[in-house]
Amino acid sequence: MSAPEAILELHHIEKSYAPKRWLSRGETLRAVDGVSLSVRKGETLGIVGESGCGKSTIGQIASLMLRPTGGSVVFKGEELVPGRRSPRDSRRSRIQYVFQDPYSSLNPRFTIGRLLEEPLAIRKKGTRRERRREVLRMLSRIGLDPAYADRYPHELSGGQRQRVGIARALMPSPELLVLDEPVSALDVSVQAQILNLLKDLQAERSLTYLFISHDLNVVHYMSDRVAVMYLGRIVELAEVGELYDGPLHPYTRALVDAIPDEPGTTPREAEIIEGELPDPRQLAGGCAFRARCPFAHERCGRQPLLEEVKPGHYVACHLLEPDRD
Amino acid sequence: MVGAKPSGGETVLEVRDLRLELSAKDGARLPVLEEVSLKVGRGEIVGIVGESGCGKSVLSLSVLGLLPPSIRVAGGGIYNGERKELHRLGEKSLQRIRGKEIAMIFQDPMTSLNPGMTVGKQVAEAIRLHTGASKREAEEKTVGLFRKVGLPRPETLYHEYPHRLSGGMRQRVMIAMAVSCQPDLLIADEPTTALDVTIQAQILKLMKTLREEDGTSILLISHDLGLISGVCDRIAVMYAGRIVEEGAAAEVLRHPAHPYTAGLLASLALPSKKGTRLHSIPGSVPALRERGPGCAFASRCPYAADRCLAEKPALRGVAGSAFPRSAACHLLGEEGGLANVGS
Ligand SMILES: Nc1ncnc2c1ncn2[C@@H]1O[C@H](COP(=O)(O)OP(=O)(O)OP(=O)(O)O)[C@@H](O)[C@H]1O
Ligand SMILES: Nc1ncnc2c1ncn2[C@@H]1O[C@H](COP(=O)(O)OP(=O)(O)OP(=O)(O)O)[C@@H](O)[C@H]1O
Ligand SMILES: [Mg+2]
Ligand SMILES: [Mg+2]
Repeated sequence: MSAPEAILELHHIEKSYAPKRWLSRGETLRAVDGVSLSVRKGETLGIVGESGCGKSTIGQIASLMLRPTGGSVVFKGEELVPGRRSPRDSRRSRIQYVFQDPYSSLNPRFTIGRLLEEPLAIRKKGTRRERRREVLRMLSRIGLDPAYADRYPHELSGGQRQRVGIARALMPSPELLVLDEPVSALDVSVQAQILNLLKDLQAERSLTYLFISHDLNVVHYMSDRVAVMYLGRIVELAEVGELYDGPLHPYTRALVDAIPDEPGTTPREAEIIEGELPDPRQLAGGCAFRARCPFAHERCGRQPLLEEVKPGHYVACHLLEPDRD
Repeated sequence: MVGAKPSGGETVLEVRDLRLELSAKDGARLPVLEEVSLKVGRGEIVGIVGESGCGKSVLSLSVLGLLPPSIRVAGGGIYNGERKELHRLGEKSLQRIRGKEIAMIFQDPMTSLNPGMTVGKQVAEAIRLHTGASKREAEEKTVGLFRKVGLPRPETLYHEYPHRLSGGMRQRVMIAMAVSCQPDLLIADEPTTALDVTIQAQILKLMKTLREEDGTSILLISHDLGLISGVCDRIAVMYAGRIVEEGAAAEVLRHPAHPYTAGLLASLALPSKKGTRLHSIPGSVPALRERGPGCAFASRCPYAADRCLAEKPALRGVAGSAFPRSAACHLLGEEGGLANVGS
């Protein structure tokens, strides 16, 4: 599924975690199980899915912070090996990761100025004075008073910290940002400020975003295309309008159905899907969704493949396979 | 409009002009809640929305007498259905009320479940403590409750430890425990924030069932307007320790009277906003120490006038509304009519 304009390609990424020794049952956990994805230059590709389905794992592998147990990461036609990050390698700095919780990722003993300068200092970019000027310019760009350069992270509000997290990722002039739940910890009024900022920065700097969130409305607003994950796999991928208006996978249909209504409208009686996310360690092959799926069938005991059912619309579900059997 | 109106206006909880004060380490006394008034009728689902730090959790903790030592009731009162002054009760009397009359589901289910005891036993012990039921009766009742809250395989699940359950299952165990003694009022503080939307929908459906089958009143606390809108009869919008707007959920959300409510609604990244720039409220909520003499929202309000900086607006009735509702804003005019705010 690689398109010519792809900036980042993930090929059959797998990530397994060995069982902890003290756990009685020793199954390996397949956090990511064969994910292939191609991100187009300049687009925002949203990734949604419930807690624990592997979104952050994918994001960290895509930004070369975590080494997969299988598969490869190709950035602009060149294979890069995640996990072995040499900070001075300029190709690697083209992909940056923004953490969900900017507080725990910002060293509390460094001033904001130092935190922003560091990515440049490591790469020995410019003189100290030039770097300082860059830092001040970046602060005013993200809407913080330059006086914040001498403040510490704990003196900032959640929204301000998230601005700093984004600014820090932008310092090495990346082409691709992996945004892992960038607004989930923020209040609604501040969320909108950050989403607007991200949109503006993207337009100014022709950035490509991999946008991870479990908030379906936020993903809808931000994304051009959306991938839906369920237990380590992509179950559906399509252009955003098509995915929300005509979801095909039974899990995506349940998700879209469960989006809360616009406040103040009469609530619909949504079809509520029963059951729980199964324990990934106890999955015995086959479609991971079948235990909750109203259409589960014998053939669902086999793992369905992600296939293109309409141009640009991929689904992994036996229901949608062209009639073979 | 959602569900039933409160029958006969019977009240299960009334908070009147409540003022909570925090004693800071440097000796300063900071107002955490100011003049908060709220009523919950029998069988009513009331929502409280507001940003982080606006006082939602301290309000619910004060109802159960669970405030941290640094925060005290400095004015006003809290009354149950029998008009008992809950804020004056001693620990012993409060214990009789907690769980039996008013039960609470906390923000994080893992911290309120005992990790070393099976979930079934935890619920059964709570039942025995409050009702004096025999071991067998309590066990049977627990299994019944597990079934009622939609937990799969209740008999097996009874013997599981909390860490073996998913977040949604744990939250349902918490709900089972909270409703085990058929409380008049259930307080749920962000009960679904950690859960995905499909599980969230299940929990909200369960709350509606509890109200319909047992007449349980629910005070639902959340910062999620969509969620609140889907289940609540009435909502109160809080900002910086005060209720700034209150009324029938659909009315408030469709025609917000307070500029803050209007701003929140306009900020939502709803599907209809795709391709447009989101409205955003500039700045952020003032910290406890930064709350001045005027309206706490004035520094962020597009309509703020001199008066707003000098004087706190009182909560008062909004005219021209089919249901009783109120808002605290100088812009609403003396007659309480909606000035050209919002929309
Ligand atoms: N270091 C680790 N060791 C063992 N298991 C891990 C580790 N990191 C992640 N996992 C497991 O891998 C799975 C995927 O985790 P991941 O953090 O990618 O999920 P996620 O989709 O980002 O979830 P959330 O929405 O909660 O952030 C989970 O089951 C998680 O428990
Ligand atoms: N134990 C405590 N000690 C000191 N201050 C506290 C304590 N608990 C709460 N506060 C303060 O009281 C105010 C209200 O806090 P509260 O927890 O009620 O907010 P909230 O609306 O529930 O926020 P959130 O949405 O983040 O849960 C805040 O300013 C908070 O810092
Ligand atoms: Mg994650
Ligand atoms: Mg709280």
